[in-house]
Amino acid sequence: MKKKKFLSLALAAVMVMGCLAGCGNDSSPSDESGSGSGGETTSAFKIGGTGPLTSDAAIYGNAAQRGAQIAVDEVNAMGGIQFELNYQDDAHDPEKATNAYGKLMDWGMQLSLGSVTSKPAEATSVLNYEDRIFALTPSASSPATTEGKDNVFQLCFTDSGQGAKSAEYISEKGLGAKIAVIWKNDDVYSKGLYDTFMAEAEKRGLNVVSDTTFNDGNKTDFSVQLGEAQSSGADLVFLPMYYDVAALILSQASTMGYSPKWFGVDGMDGILSVDGFDTSLAEGVMLLTPFNADDEDEKTKAFVAKYQELYGETPNQFAADAYDCIYAYKQALEAAGCTPDMSSEELCDAMIKQFTTMTFHGLTSDESGMTWDETGTVSKSPKGMVIQNGVYVGLD
Amino acid sequence: MTFLNYLISGISLGSVYAIIALGYTMVYGIAKMLNFAHGDVIMVGSYICFYAVTSFELPPLVGVIISVILCTVLGIVIERLAYKPLRQAPSLAVLITAIGVSYFLQNAALLLWSSNIKMFPSFFKFADENGELQSGVTLAGGQLNISYVTIVTIVSCIIIMVALTWFTGKTKMGKAMRAVSEDKGAAQLMGINVNATISLTFAIGSGLAAVAGVLLCSAYPTLVPTTGSMPGIKAFTAAVFGGIGSIPGALLGGLLLGVIQIFTQAYISQQLADAVVFAVLIIVLLGKPAGLLGKQIREKV
Repeated sequence: MKKKKFLSLALAAVMVMGCLAGCGNDSSPSDESGSGSGGETTSAFKIGGTGPLTSDAAIYGNAAQRGAQIAVDEVNAMGGIQFELNYQDDAHDPEKATNAYGKLMDWGMQLSLGSVTSKPAEATSVLNYEDRIFALTPSASSPATTEGKDNVFQLCFTDSGQGAKSAEYISEKGLGAKIAVIWKNDDVYSKGLYDTFMAEAEKRGLNVVSDTTFNDGNKTDFSVQLGEAQSSGADLVFLPMYYDVAALILSQASTMGYSPKWFGVDGMDGILSVDGFDTSLAEGVMLLTPFNADDEDEKTKAFVAKYQELYGETPNQFAADAYDCIYAYKQALEAAGCTPDMSSEELCDAMIKQFTTMTFHGLTSDESGMTWDETGTVSKSPKGMVIQNGVYVGLD
Repeated sequence: MTFLNYLISGISLGSVYAIIALGYTMVYGIAKMLNFAHGDVIMVGSYICFYAVTSFELPPLVGVIISVILCTVLGIVIERLAYKPLRQAPSLAVLITAIGVSYFLQNAALLLWSSNIKMFPSFFKFADENGELQSGVTLAGGQLNISYVTIVTIVSCIIIMVALTWFTGKTKMGKAMRAVSEDKGAAQLMGINVNATISLTFAIGSGLAAVAGVLLCSAYPTLVPTTGSMPGIKAFTAAVFGGIGSIPGALLGGLLLGVIQIFTQAYISQQLADAVVFAVLIIVLLGKPAGLLGKQIREKV
């Protein structure tokens, strides 16, 4: 018996050691940079962000991290302003995002990229506000992320902007006579888009014939939602949701023999890179997104080529958003004449002043560029995309 | 006609729940423990089948058989490593261990296969008279739509149930299982190898999980490491609903749960679908605490 106890103690000890060793490895890259703790870095601005590098929404987190990394490497290679990037996993979970944020603070983050997805971003943006760390989120689009926080900015459209723009687009192009909406009622992103879409649709006199919903617990079977849309004769279905569920809806609709026009939002981006997904199902899916990987623009071409070379896939909108974030920071920091030895409060004030006055041209904006107002909301025009032969093509 | 369509989707969803519930109910009936890792074995089964068919390009049937074999092995290994050492421990300890195994499997899957979703290929497509591949049959002038997956799911559900009822009722091993379920100590005195019997139960339950996984993912084809958890919980509810430990109970509970869920979504409220399902469960359990077909066990005082 005693022997057994000793053995189990030894085993436990080994496991604890293993854990510690793991943590040690984890933090070593940041230690190597010679910065230690606190914000005493002199050579580079420390930019931190959280995103779902694992979990269901990993496609977004990984894309954002990669996009930002490419931009950081480019900027650093130019000489001049230097950046150091640290992305932490939040698994699309507000609680984990809070922990990840804490880790970044320990690392000495000076500027933040907020969080990639809306749910965690609502949690971390509060901390950004309290700690006076300026944040520019590439893709967290819920209005609550920036609401009441003078130092949290968005580079993507807000949900309200997107929902209203979608309704506007559908009505202006006369895409559907009878419209069905399927949305997710326990997700702020989907709900925000749905609310503003419906408000704008009513204003414009769009005929919404079917309005159905689902939640996390029953996101497998859509026979009821699709059946209702089909029997009410809807010829266009609006899907304000992420691509994972959308892929399921498309495949179930095809089994049912229902083939309306599909209209998605930026969360739909990524559907083509799902393993084993029959891309012919997504043929003709329309979506509003600010980024088009097939754009003939020089900057876009260079970015897409680099991304493909490094990661073997076409970058989605999230990668482009994060890439733009880094360049927006570069422009603002240069204009304000900031140096890495400034405290995060000083940087925060300077950034608020810069972002509310500057115009930034990036991958995700057209020739007129993008601007921000004091609430942190961006103003830029979206591009309509349609999926043809398995790739995105501009709608106009 | 829409009513019939909803009824069919309800039965289809219910049969998937029923097959998963069979796994829960078998293990509970014999080992008297709730194997919460069952839902995750389903997920592992689906992944194995997915890779067998897509990466190794094996025919679907071979993929399913490989998946059943590997899941059976996995079930035995889990039982050996995680549950057997706790045979004499209080049932709470076993329950917590089962939850631990469930999280272990989910995270292992996350590491092995990443979190990116996979679309499960559709096996059940057959050519119609024009030679075009169809995924279902359309009746009543295009108003009634039954997919082949639904038919296959319902048929396999019935076959599995009949086979299990025969197995536990007529074969020697099955009789041993029932004896262990009645009284472990007495069964051992009668010369039954209790440990082997329990291992066999896990093997059968996990093999069933693989079949359930393939059917679940054929009907609802997105595959992620958490695919099994929610259907697992729903199926567990179905097992309790029908009377946990009872094989026909699992079938009845699963079907009712599926149909109630779809009808609630269709006719009452989509936001309240889960609330209504669980309210029905509570009402049934208030009236019949052992579930619809569960055995009332009288405690001797």
